[in-house]
Amino acid sequence: MSLATLSLLIILAPLAGAVVAGLFGRAVGRSGAHTVTIAGVAVSTVLSFFVFKAVVLDGGEGFDGPLYVWGQAGGLRLEIGFLIDELSATMMLVVSFVSLMIHVYTIGYMAQDPGYQRFFSYISLFTFSMLMLVMSNNFLQLFFGWEAVGVVSYLLIGFWFKRESAIQANLKAFLVNRVGDLGFLLGIAAVLLVFGTLDYAQVFAAAPDHADATMSIIGGFEWSAMTVICLLLFVGAMGKSAQVPLHVWLPDSMEGPTPISALIHAATMVTAGIFMVARMSPLFELSEVALNVVMVIGAITAFFMGLLGIVQHDIKRVVAYSTLSQLGYMTVALGASAYAAAIFHLGTHAFFKALLFLAAGSVIIALHHEQDMRRMGGLWRRMPITWLCSLVGTLALIGFPGFSGFFSKDGIIEAVGHSDLAGAWVAYPAVLLGVFITALYSFRMYFLVFHGKERVDEHAREHLHESPPVVTVPLVVLAFFSVVIGWPWVEPALFGDYFGATIVVHPEHDVLARVKEGFEGAGAFATHGFVALPFWLAAAGAAVAWYLYLREPELPERVAERFRVGYRVLVNKYGFDDFYGAFFAGGTRAVGGLLWRLGDVRVIDGWLVNGSARAVGRIASIIRHVQTGLLYHYAFAMIIGLLALMTWILYGLPAD
Amino acid sequence: MFSDFPFLSLVVWVPILGGVWVLFLGEDNRARNARFAALVVSLLTFLLSIPLYAGFDTGTAAMQFVEHAPWVPAFNIFYHLGVDGISLPLVLLTTFTTVLVVVAGQEVIEHRVSQYLASFLILEGLMVGAFAALDAILFYVFWEALLVPMFLIIGIWGGENRVYATIKFFLYTFLGSVLMLVAFLYLYAQTDSFRILDFHDVKLGLTAQIFIFLAFLAAFAVKVPMWPVHTWLPDAHVEAPTGGSVVLAAVMLKLGAYGFFRFSLPIAPDASGELDLLMIALSLIAIVYIGFVALVQPDMKKLIAYSSISHMGFATLGVFIAFTLLEAPDGRTSAVLGLEGALVQLVSHGFISGALFLCVGVMYDRLHSRRIADYGGVANTMPIFASFMMLFALANSGLPGTSGFVGEFLVILGSFQANFWIALLAGLTLILGAAYTLWMYKRVVFGEVANEGVAGLDDLNPREFIVLAALAVAVLLFGLWPAPLLEVMGPSVENLLDHVARTKL
Repeated sequence: MSLATLSLLIILAPLAGAVVAGLFGRAVGRSGAHTVTIAGVAVSTVLSFFVFKAVVLDGGEGFDGPLYVWGQAGGLRLEIGFLIDELSATMMLVVSFVSLMIHVYTIGYMAQDPGYQRFFSYISLFTFSMLMLVMSNNFLQLFFGWEAVGVVSYLLIGFWFKRESAIQANLKAFLVNRVGDLGFLLGIAAVLLVFGTLDYAQVFAAAPDHADATMSIIGGFEWSAMTVICLLLFVGAMGKSAQVPLHVWLPDSMEGPTPISALIHAATMVTAGIFMVARMSPLFELSEVALNVVMVIGAITAFFMGLLGIVQHDIKRVVAYSTLSQLGYMTVALGASAYAAAIFHLGTHAFFKALLFLAAGSVIIALHHEQDMRRMGGLWRRMPITWLCSLVGTLALIGFPGFSGFFSKDGIIEAVGHSDLAGAWVAYPAVLLGVFITALYSFRMYFLVFHGKERVDEHAREHLHESPPVVTVPLVVLAFFSVVIGWPWVEPALFGDYFGATIVVHPEHDVLARVKEGFEGAGAFATHGFVALPFWLAAAGAAVAWYLYLREPELPERVAERFRVGYRVLVNKYGFDDFYGAFFAGGTRAVGGLLWRLGDVRVIDGWLVNGSARAVGRIASIIRHVQTGLLYHYAFAMIIGLLALMTWILYGLPAD
Repeated sequence: MFSDFPFLSLVVWVPILGGVWVLFLGEDNRARNARFAALVVSLLTFLLSIPLYAGFDTGTAAMQFVEHAPWVPAFNIFYHLGVDGISLPLVLLTTFTTVLVVVAGQEVIEHRVSQYLASFLILEGLMVGAFAALDAILFYVFWEALLVPMFLIIGIWGGENRVYATIKFFLYTFLGSVLMLVAFLYLYAQTDSFRILDFHDVKLGLTAQIFIFLAFLAAFAVKVPMWPVHTWLPDAHVEAPTGGSVVLAAVMLKLGAYGFFRFSLPIAPDASGELDLLMIALSLIAIVYIGFVALVQPDMKKLIAYSSISHMGFATLGVFIAFTLLEAPDGRTSAVLGLEGALVQLVSHGFISGALFLCVGVMYDRLHSRRIADYGGVANTMPIFASFMMLFALANSGLPGTSGFVGEFLVILGSFQANFWIALLAGLTLILGAAYTLWMYKRVVFGEVANEGVAGLDDLNPREFIVLAALAVAVLLFGLWPAPLLEVMGPSVENLLDHVARTKL
């Protein structure tokens, strides 16, 4: 089978599953719905592996071609098509595989839910959208996938649509994403302005020739076109990948069921921005301004969002803030031109973060939807598989040498350390200190949930037991990959020609080449990890967590009391939500009300239409007494009037 | 083979005469007959309009299916019909929408059934006539005559405040149209002809062009409607019965935008170019200002009405951004984006606003309220309806893959080529449109069952299902594959640009 046919099948299989489960959910029943959707995603996963093998492992030819012409306007031809290369093949495999695990897990997690079929339909639809996004060969289709994942995420966060908090969160998520999408759309329009096409291959090929192009945004002042394009596109990435200040939707999105927190808000949708920037590397490489902005935004997100994880009590929210922070790491890597490191971390993160979410979900169902860590503790004995898998996930997350997260995160830290860009002065300390923070919140969560005193309430304790195999098997599989995936992948991904010509790095920016000089194989890298600074920072973080939450469990409250101001700042999430709520949500409503009551009702209708309206009012008050029958007369009079007018005009005019 | 047969006349006169026939079916105790007859007539008309597309030659900008017969020879007035790529999609939109309205009105309207259905059929014929007329007087007759059935629809089957709404509607639209007639007469004096295509070729001074442009503007801006002559629309929508709202939003508003394409641009291109910034500003105000106003509406129909005004702002923006673009050396490609985007927006808005008004109608028929506050948790009792409304709400927010995206996307792409800030302001609709639509959806459809009324709701019946499903298919089809629509428009838009680029001074 050709790559084109394979690609088409990979895309259509989950779509078919989604359609069957969604439209014929009642007919196929619960088991029918999960069978058909899982089959669809399984087909995608297997075929994605073949594609991955052909393109990446065997180094074969990729594919770039259209599927159909979406539309043609003037000279602009817009197509739907596929670009299969090392980058998209990797993403396809990660997306479909993680999605498959989550589909299986969902059978257990959603077993009691009345919206079972609908849920399977949504997650398959999501998989389809995400695949559309990564397999696209042009900006239009990228935007299709981009918005589609946003919508499905909206549907999934609001899956339990009776809950006020859920439907509040999904609206917020959608609107914040839309702010990013606006930037993204304008970025696409800017690409069209400069390049005259929306096709990746043509744009990237022509990019170097336009390096010095300018466009004027504010009268007379010329900006580098590449900087404008990249910054606008990056605004889109900030929305999808939840970078400060567009990060506010992600923690709230935890209102959705846990499997989608894992699928969307860990493994796939939030990585869309990272993927997109990596895909656009030929453009970003031409603008150091953009790279600096990307790096600084990423650094701010990585550090400050990690801090918030320390004060959360909701287990899913800790993982959510951890995701924000890790996305910050990936963004920093992008800014440092270490695109490969960003994608590598994206890949390892997909495994261990999905693992952590699903483990959290396993705890949550075992405790009958209890999410507050203050009512957990000591669960390791009751849920051994979940416990061990969580430990693996935690170690991978903090970057313990040898675990997958170590390879990718250390790669990023090293790369940023070698960067010459000004932004690295901010980013390097941020990512280093971030390691301490990561270990602190991760082990805080781990200790609070699995160790220490059992604080579970009576009712829940009676039913407390390990989750069923549909839940634990995906956990074990993901745990396995979270351990091993880094070993074979690190060398080709960071230092080899894994991505071939897909990712373009300007020689001056090539930090990974500099990191490579000290690289002597994965084993040596891991061994060296034990004596490097990040390891000791992580160890310190874990030790502090142990001291505060196991050794002296009374201490954290006293610390919070002592540093009350700082603690309040963190609990209030730096005030972003309050500010946005008051300024944007409240502000737009106030403006809307003002424009309506003052503009439309008073000025236009009240003053401008005043005279005639009052006259009409008088006529109306007369007519109102006469019932509908007379309206015919009125209409009739109108026609007669019209005819009279026409006659007058026609015959009053000289017919020369 | 197709073009010899008078399909256009049939599409105009079959519904008008059919409407008169339905009218004679009379009393409400024989309503079944009237309903059946109206359904047959509307379906027949739709079928008759299909050959217009099937036999349409997308390779030319010339008028097709042309019919030409003397009417008032003394003044060179002809019965002259024809369609090109600009009017054909709107004709098909009209025949498609009317079928849905007739089906949707089947059981809902219980008094004066035959008159109700006849009004829509006659209205259909008149609207098609207006889109297809190539003689200015013929156009004017259709244009004014179609006010009458709409006036009756709102005035007889409307809500409590219908008299106020109808008079406001009538005064606004009628006053504007009179100026248009004056412009026609002036052009007649110049050309000794009422052929619209002759008007396109006449040389006019700039002052004359500006006066003509403003006269047309008075007529078309009210119909679109553009800010600040838009306030009749929310009132008319609120009072109109569901079918009236659907036709008003889906088809009648398009007449205004169509007027810009057919009259203002080709007849007064220099004036259009002179006044383009004014028009762009008005369009942006419509998009942004009205977007804000829509946000705070407590009444669903009013909200959708304001949303319509905001979306029509994209149509006018797309039209007039073309002039700014043409000033640039290689701006013609982008100008095509603007114009085609505007046209696609017209068709797409027809589907989406029609569908949303039908959705409100479905709820109104059950609970007799349009107020958002009277609903909540509708998804619990009407899941199928909720799914349809979700699709249309997302389409209204311009989701890619639905037709709502295509026009906005092309217009924003085009605008960006002219000016960053215009594109940015227009793009705000991405946020505002989603905000007002989905916030309404949240309050109406999501949540716990709000009251006993909602608890007792029945999901869609087969009739409602068919209507919404037909629109859903249209919305998705043109979203995923707008190519056929763009192909039909292409040559005519290029031809229009040729006219526009050539000075008429």
